[in-house]
Amino acid sequence: MKIQILGTGCAKCNALMLATEKAAQALGLQYELEKVTDLQQIMAFGVMTTPALAVDGKVKVSGKVPSVDELKTMLQPVNP
Amino acid sequence: MNGAKDMAVPAADTKSADPGKPGWRKHLLWGIAALAFWWLVYGSLAPFAAWLTYSRCGLVKGSHLGSAVEFFVYESPKVLMLLTLVVFGVGIIRSFFTPERTRRILSGRRETTGNVLAALLGTVTPFCSCSAVPLFIGFVTTGVPLGVTFSFLVSSPMVNEVALVLLFGLFGWKVAAIYLAMGLAIAIVSGWIIGRLRMEKHVEDWVFQTKTGDAGPETIPDWPARIRLGLDAVKDIVGRVWLYVLLGIAVGAGIHGYVPENFMASIMGKDAWWSVPLAVLIGVPMYSNAAGIIPIVQALLGKGAALGTVLAFMMSVIALSLPEAIILRKVLKPRLIATFFGVVALGILLVGYLFNFLM
Repeated sequence: MKIQILGTGCAKCNALMLATEKAAQALGLQYELEKVTDLQQIMAFGVMTTPALAVDGKVKVSGKVPSVDELKTMLQPVNP
Repeated sequence: MNGAKDMAVPAADTKSADPGKPGWRKHLLWGIAALAFWWLVYGSLAPFAAWLTYSRCGLVKGSHLGSAVEFFVYESPKVLMLLTLVVFGVGIIRSFFTPERTRRILSGRRETTGNVLAALLGTVTPFCSCSAVPLFIGFVTTGVPLGVTFSFLVSSPMVNEVALVLLFGLFGWKVAAIYLAMGLAIAIVSGWIIGRLRMEKHVEDWVFQTKTGDAGPETIPDWPARIRLGLDAVKDIVGRVWLYVLLGIAVGAGIHGYVPENFMASIMGKDAWWSVPLAVLIGVPMYSNAAGIIPIVQALLGKGAALGTVLAFMMSVIALSLPEAIILRKVLKPRLIATFFGVVALGILLVGYLFNFLM
């Protein structure tokens, strides 16, 4: 699964990255984490507030740093 | 505004219809109980402060130390309680106004109405200064006029609940109301002027070519989620500013007890006409949030500085800053940044003079 942290490098972006890694590791996920700092790329996701989290290209949350528990439910693979 | 209600009601209804989960009625009852408790404690703060200061600690009524201690013991919990309640309330209101929603309301608006709406929405739309650039791009590329976008960017940091609560708690409702009205006026007028100046070509070229994607449908939070958002706001904001608030009150208490009233009057009083431009000039490059500036405001006002001068200083610190100019440089050419800062600073200057003249 591909996890992307969108943000231009503020303190909250780092907080979101750390929390996301924690949540992903707690779930034992196979993941690849990428930091997206380029503004044009960030805008292409359609978010206006940073930091934001995208999983497999879909925006899960923007403008805040959720708790690790909340992140876990966002990262949980959806069963078909 | 009505739209927000319409969207919220179905969510609440489905909740209460689901027998497995606590309904909104239960939340409402808890809310009323908590509010009653809050009111009870709030009402007994003044007698408690007097009792603690004079009966328990045995300080002499009317003495410098006595009045300083009483002031601190009364004001600290009072302002913190007010702040908690208002931040919680605003946190819930904000859950109705996401930036995406605000953008939908503003896009394609005509200028004048758009400026007014943007200034008002700026006060309730959650956004932190680090999001200023993506927000700016997101607005102007989807049909929000440039001037309207600026009204939003000015009002959002300047007119916020923390500034208003602190002004209300420490200086009374009149000062808070004046600040609110003038902050909105500056945001509306300066945005309108920037719109009139037709400065679109001074936005960096790549901005308008940026393709803004669609983040998909927003999830609409239900009531328990909104309450959590309110609590999160309290944890985040009150957790960040309480120290500054106490510091401000301590400064106020010191002034209350000791410092002669007119200490600053000669330098920052009404008669010193140059004090307003000087206050703005010093305030513009500085960066602080509303809470951080309150101890200074408290000290200046207490020592006899004129209200207009102090409000002008406060507004220029909160609304404009050097770091913000640097951040905005990514999307704006220098001329537009200079115009933006110039217009807003001029507005603040006029407000400062107006107040010193009126009060």
